[in-house]
Amino acid sequence: MASTTVNHATGAMHLVDYTNPSAIKQVPTRNGFGEGLIEAGKRDENVIAICADLSESTRMEGFKHAFPKRYIEIGVAEQMLVAMAAGLASCGKVPFIASYAMFNPGRSWEQVRTTMALNQTNVKIAGAHAGVSVGPDGATHQAIEDIAIMRVIPKMTVVVPCDSVQTKKATLAVAAAWGPTYLRFARAESAVITTDDTPFELGKAQTFREGGDVAIIGCGILVYNALIAAEQLAKDGIECRVVNNHTIKPMDEAAVVAAARDCGAVVTVEEHQAQGGMGSRVAEILAEHHPVPMQFVGVHDKFGQSGAPQELVEHYEMGVDAIVAAVKRAHARKRQA
Amino acid sequence: MDSLSPERLAELELHANDVRVGIIRSLVAAGSGHSGGSLDMADIFTALYFHLMRHDPKNPDWPDRDRLLLSCGHIAPVRYSAMAYAGYFPVEELLTLRKFGTRLQGHPERVSLPGLETTSGPLGEGLAQGTGMALAAKMDGKDYRTYVITSDGEHQCGLHWEAMMTAAKFKLDNLTCIVDRNVIQIDGSTEDVMPLEPFADKYRAFNWEVFECDGHDIGAFVETVEKAKRVHGKPQVVIAHTVMGKGVSYMEGDYLWHGKPPKKDEAEEALQELAAARELIGAGR
Repeated sequence: MASTTVNHATGAMHLVDYTNPSAIKQVPTRNGFGEGLIEAGKRDENVIAICADLSESTRMEGFKHAFPKRYIEIGVAEQMLVAMAAGLASCGKVPFIASYAMFNPGRSWEQVRTTMALNQTNVKIAGAHAGVSVGPDGATHQAIEDIAIMRVIPKMTVVVPCDSVQTKKATLAVAAAWGPTYLRFARAESAVITTDDTPFELGKAQTFREGGDVAIIGCGILVYNALIAAEQLAKDGIECRVVNNHTIKPMDEAAVVAAARDCGAVVTVEEHQAQGGMGSRVAEILAEHHPVPMQFVGVHDKFGQSGAPQELVEHYEMGVDAIVAAVKRAHARKRQA
Repeated sequence: MDSLSPERLAELELHANDVRVGIIRSLVAAGSGHSGGSLDMADIFTALYFHLMRHDPKNPDWPDRDRLLLSCGHIAPVRYSAMAYAGYFPVEELLTLRKFGTRLQGHPERVSLPGLETTSGPLGEGLAQGTGMALAAKMDGKDYRTYVITSDGEHQCGLHWEAMMTAAKFKLDNLTCIVDRNVIQIDGSTEDVMPLEPFADKYRAFNWEVFECDGHDIGAFVETVEKAKRVHGKPQVVIAHTVMGKGVSYMEGDYLWHGKPPKKDEAEEALQELAAARELIGAGR
């Protein structure tokens, strides 16, 4: 167990020793999706994959080779992707549909609402290349509004796993659970902080680090930044609880309220617009049940641009330093209150 | 044998007359809704529910049933009326159309009423979903057919053309698209709003087999669909030439009746006209 930390509040999380840079592997979350999809295909012959001309970059390619008769290529047609999948799902298939998040669900929102959610079909959207960490492709391809437009639709499940290992587990969980779902992942290499032994349950937030001064509630690849920020803050005497809030909808309200009650201040961290995303849902819950000072780490009402992934994460104030600063602000506000 | 006997044709025409009565009664009770397109598709819905389709009103989830999708959901009254007369639910339930708590939502919702295949209303989405169902049949080796009813106006939606390409790519000969070609949409003639002609050529260019017929001649429509069913390797379209508001003289061909219901006195007049027309069915054959 030397390389893992153990969390006593929620059971063993079996994390990688994220404080040791040499223990950290860098793997894109999309790889976890590709592996999970093949495994889901082995477990259930009704699982099929439909792609809008991006099989390699969304990592559907492996499924395509493993199950050629269950792979459907429809070209650059994202509205078709959703509506056709709804038709297939109504006949018993479990379609995973993949494109870049910017185009699906970005372009296909009304089809998602009508043919998936209102129509109650078991379609799984795989939104690849989400966030500014898409990098050089620039703003047109950087989906940072997608969580907002998906979480507002009734009956949708929205999942944003924190690393490639968790993305594989999330893919399998989403395949096995009935319901219209949005699974969001990213292009760039990012730190692997969970292990095969780390539990994963849809709708169940995970406490990755204990602390009682400020709660950092994150999702996606920035959870790693949150953990590193927490270690830095500990040196300044601020102990942070770090919650991996991978299921945006339905959100684990009990875990969110407990974090606010136990810590008295909350910072949310997501690679998304600060308006309308995971942090906004946390704020909605806390405003109703347990208001505390909050700070939101995310993109603040701007579009992205070309650049290296890490450079963009820093520029848009989602790096470790920005999280540290946000925690200090939240901590100070809590003490003033 | 594709052609109908005179007796069978008369039976179907009586059913179509019933369906039109149901449309008028439900619309006047609702106080809102789309009269024109509902009436003009009464003959086609009758042919499908009472003659062409493999279906069982008592077992709407039967996996091997033919699928009938209504893409232009705003003409829901014709589908509801045909379903009621075909035995899916009591005819009197038609009077709940568009009212609070009804299963007959203003635009059809699959989860609310057994026997609907999709939730529809946002235009241009039906063929895409039908393509998925037809492809599922091919993947599973099943022999059910998928029929998608579309308006001509919704051919202005890009998604419909995405679906046309996809259905042709996968050679979905178990898929038939039926177009209500009444040349009318909310703002006027389709050819003024956004021209669709040469309409049939567009389908041909997308590798579809094209059929055209009079959408009010039930016999001709049945024969046309039977021909379409024999096509191999290609999806088919039946362009059904229709008159908006068919069966109610003061509505026929008038685009102002696209989106409104008859008032009480207007409904009375329509029902009298339909009763008179019913007397003539089968006469002179």
